[in-house]
Amino acid sequence: MPLDNPKGQSFRLVGSRPNRPDGIDKVTGRAKFGADMSAPGMLVGRLLRSPHAHARIRSIDIKKALALPGVKAIVTRDDFKEIEGDLRDVSRNVMARDKALYDGHAVAAVAAIDTATARKALKLIKVDYEILPHVTDVEEAMKPGAPVLHSDLFTQGVEPTPKKPSNIAKRHEFGHGDVAKGFAEADVVVERKFKSEATHQGYIEPHACLASVGNDGQGELWVCTQGHYAVRNVCASLLGMDVSKLRVTASEIGGGFGGKTTVFIEPVALALSRKAGKPVKIVMSREEVFRASGPTSSATVWVKIGAKKDGRITAGDAVLKYQGGAFPGSPVDMGAMSAFACYDLENVRAVGWDVVVNRPKQAAYRAPGAPISAFGVECVIDELAQKIGMDPVELRLKNAAREGTESSYGPTYGVIGLRATIEAAKAHPHYKAPLGPNQGRGVATGFWFNFGGQTCVSLNINIDGTVALAVGTPDIGGSRASMCLMAAEELGIGYEQVRTIVADTSSLGYNDISEGSRVTFSTGMATIQAARDAVKKLCGRAAQMWGISPDAVLWENGHAKPAGANAGDFPPLSLADIAKVAANTGGPIAGHCEVNAEGAGVSFSTHLCDVEIDPETGFTRVVRYTVIQDAGKAIHPSYVEGQYQGGAVQGIGWALNEEYIYGADGRLQNPGFLDYRIPVASDLPMIDTVIVEVPNPGHPYGLRGVGETSIVPPLAAVANAVSAAAKVRMMEIPMSPPKILKAMGEAPRR
Amino acid sequence: MSKVHVSTTINGDAVEYLCAAEETLLDVLRDRLGLTGSKEGCGTGDCGACSVTLDGRLVCSCLVLGAEAEGRQVRTVEGIAKGDQLHPLQRKFIEHAALQCGVCTPGFLVASKALLEKNPNPTEHEIRFWLAGNLCRCTGYDKIVRAVVSAAAEMRESR
Amino acid sequence: MVQVVLWGSLKSATGGATKVEVEAANIRELLSRLGEKHPGLKPQLDRGVSVSIDGKIYRDAWFQPIPPGSEVFLLPRLAGG
Repeated sequence: MPLDNPKGQSFRLVGSRPNRPDGIDKVTGRAKFGADMSAPGMLVGRLLRSPHAHARIRSIDIKKALALPGVKAIVTRDDFKEIEGDLRDVSRNVMARDKALYDGHAVAAVAAIDTATARKALKLIKVDYEILPHVTDVEEAMKPGAPVLHSDLFTQGVEPTPKKPSNIAKRHEFGHGDVAKGFAEADVVVERKFKSEATHQGYIEPHACLASVGNDGQGELWVCTQGHYAVRNVCASLLGMDVSKLRVTASEIGGGFGGKTTVFIEPVALALSRKAGKPVKIVMSREEVFRASGPTSSATVWVKIGAKKDGRITAGDAVLKYQGGAFPGSPVDMGAMSAFACYDLENVRAVGWDVVVNRPKQAAYRAPGAPISAFGVECVIDELAQKIGMDPVELRLKNAAREGTESSYGPTYGVIGLRATIEAAKAHPHYKAPLGPNQGRGVATGFWFNFGGQTCVSLNINIDGTVALAVGTPDIGGSRASMCLMAAEELGIGYEQVRTIVADTSSLGYNDISEGSRVTFSTGMATIQAARDAVKKLCGRAAQMWGISPDAVLWENGHAKPAGANAGDFPPLSLADIAKVAANTGGPIAGHCEVNAEGAGVSFSTHLCDVEIDPETGFTRVVRYTVIQDAGKAIHPSYVEGQYQGGAVQGIGWALNEEYIYGADGRLQNPGFLDYRIPVASDLPMIDTVIVEVPNPGHPYGLRGVGETSIVPPLAAVANAVSAAAKVRMMEIPMSPPKILKAMGEAPRR
Repeated sequence: MSKVHVSTTINGDAVEYLCAAEETLLDVLRDRLGLTGSKEGCGTGDCGACSVTLDGRLVCSCLVLGAEAEGRQVRTVEGIAKGDQLHPLQRKFIEHAALQCGVCTPGFLVASKALLEKNPNPTEHEIRFWLAGNLCRCTGYDKIVRAVVSAAAEMRESR
Repeated sequence: MVQVVLWGSLKSATGGATKVEVEAANIRELLSRLGEKHPGLKPQLDRGVSVSIDGKIYRDAWFQPIPPGSEVFLLPRLAGG
């Protein structure tokens, strides 16, 4: 749907900051999350997980466990059919088949009357493992002679296709022009290799679900997820059920960030419930979340950028190697596509290698792939600016992508807001604020695609003129408030008169997952369209009541009015007036929209970061942080700011502290919040935000997704700040204190 | 193994329950008493999502045994509002958009309330360090701190 | 005739060409004809692709029209978090 008013928009409600509709439930403890549901006769489900990073599973003996009083069902690979095609890897990740491929890989599951019994039962399951050599490092896994995870994995995207299997799943390449020619034209070239460690989305709520399958094969599932329709489809396939037989309800979700866009325990809970004939609840422990859900890739990033003395970049080249855990599908393709997306380049290339290692299968993490490649590119841009003697913001302005730029991933950009964010950074007081001793400042830009997708909403007019809006996208960031705003805006009624709920899979048509910064855009577009559909119907009813043509009725300020003096002299009818007599004028009034939303607008962000390093301990504190991002149109500015701040802080954690640490035995050493250190309140300053609005021509209100772009710049913004403060270029993240001390100690002072 | 009989007070109400010796107070609250407002984020006392007060002292209920509540006063998020009157902290959290997914919010409310009872005029620094035991992954803490500052100001005024 | 630009690693399926021409009025026809003309592309097409038409990315829309003269790119299937 195109922008309503390219010349300028004015809104009555959109852009204001009312209280969110689900606020009371969440501050009183009334809101129900994944683990908060129970059912009569419920059993506790627990998973047995491989303690080995790589092992053939010779046999699984469940006899003793099954005989334990209180154990009602056990499932293993024997209870799941072999699946080929799209879901092959997901099904093998949910339950190991011939091999355990990482420390924590599920090999069996038990349903018992209580946790203690379930735990005892797990101990009685005898698994005969043949331990195999393992590999957890991405570059080690690429070397000839590395232990091979899959005997049927042959590298795609290389000519000729290798005859021997390896851990290299695929090679991707993007770009245009001639980088060799570009580098030949450059006056200054900077080339660096970076390393980043695997991180986890770190949602505070562990995966949890309650499954109940009757002996008629009909199932119900309560689950915290970003996409209950996708969960339904995948679980139905894995269990050999018709999709219509499974009803999935999305609970409130305690964080997802991409990590809850797939399934882990859900098919297992359903399978146990089906076998036991009772509801089964499975809740992951924090340790299980770290070991066996979906962290993001560890990677190496090689970047080379050349420019003329005046700052014009002549070529950009990058080689990315990402491990996606034990199965192919790391986001290296998106990392490669987005690496140079902020720049207007004639010659650009990004090559990406997708590698498998003995680690949990990765899942999406907020702008998957992009933060890692932006880390490398934005650090090299920073160094290039220094070498040329140019302000890093000026260098970016000189080369910033704009409308008409051929993007690094191919398509030509339409109207975009990158320049606006960089100029806003330049003008921001943060940029000129003086720095103290041991302090350094970094700047970085970032990009994300943002998506649309399949979306359904149902907007029902209640008898008293209030509105019930049912959407199908779980609310992961406060989107219900935005939907209420948009519906109220369109209908001309008060925000308080709209109530938005997230419907279950049986109540509403299919909705794609809440991911890709798509919800406010897609569900918003569908809501606007459904509201306009309802308005048409309301006008039709008014027309009937007045005995005039529907064309002669218009909708204004929540009322049906005759379109002109010729139409007749009728006092306006409010939504409530029309709703009251709906039964008499044709029945219930509702607006619907079922759409595959298209036209999502890309978004850009510029971040400014100041850090202070303690030269004795290497301890680094962020002392000031500013996020400037293009939202197209901020529907509810408080929640847009919240996305900016949340993404920035995840990026700060990724840059300074967070990493998966594997031992020589291939086991995860730090599966807990003590040693997997995410930022806490005392680590951070206030996070300042600036919302830039360059309307997206593809949405009626001009909005662009905001959820993901904010995590793309911080890795480099922080690294550039630390490099400035430490006076040595940091090339590995996380930049934890020992690493900073080492870098400072080893390097010659600049 | 026989269960332990516990008599305690939760949010001002006398409560009795039976629990296993090794059961945590968090498990008792959630699984036996239906008080699911306190959340398990980690089970090891690192995230604060299970925060409650025990005789006025802020604790992680995942590190307290159900049996230890005997004869004590337990206060959870469910006891913060008075009937239909929200506590200023609850109102400010909503007004300042200090929650996104909301799963850490009960813990933050319990912890912030405990802070303001001790120190009605905390600085931003004091707030951040007091709340360092409560993890939030969604907000970056900015709006949470602002909400606490705002609630503290309102509470001081109405004294 | 629609000119489609393919991402670099797909060159091996088209004999080295990153720009390919096919007759197609919408995305479904485009993908169908591409698969017929360059069978080496079929595995990727079956796995899923996104199509960009004049800068807008489409993930599933078979009948999205491709106006003559549009800039069309074949991209990997994209997803967010």
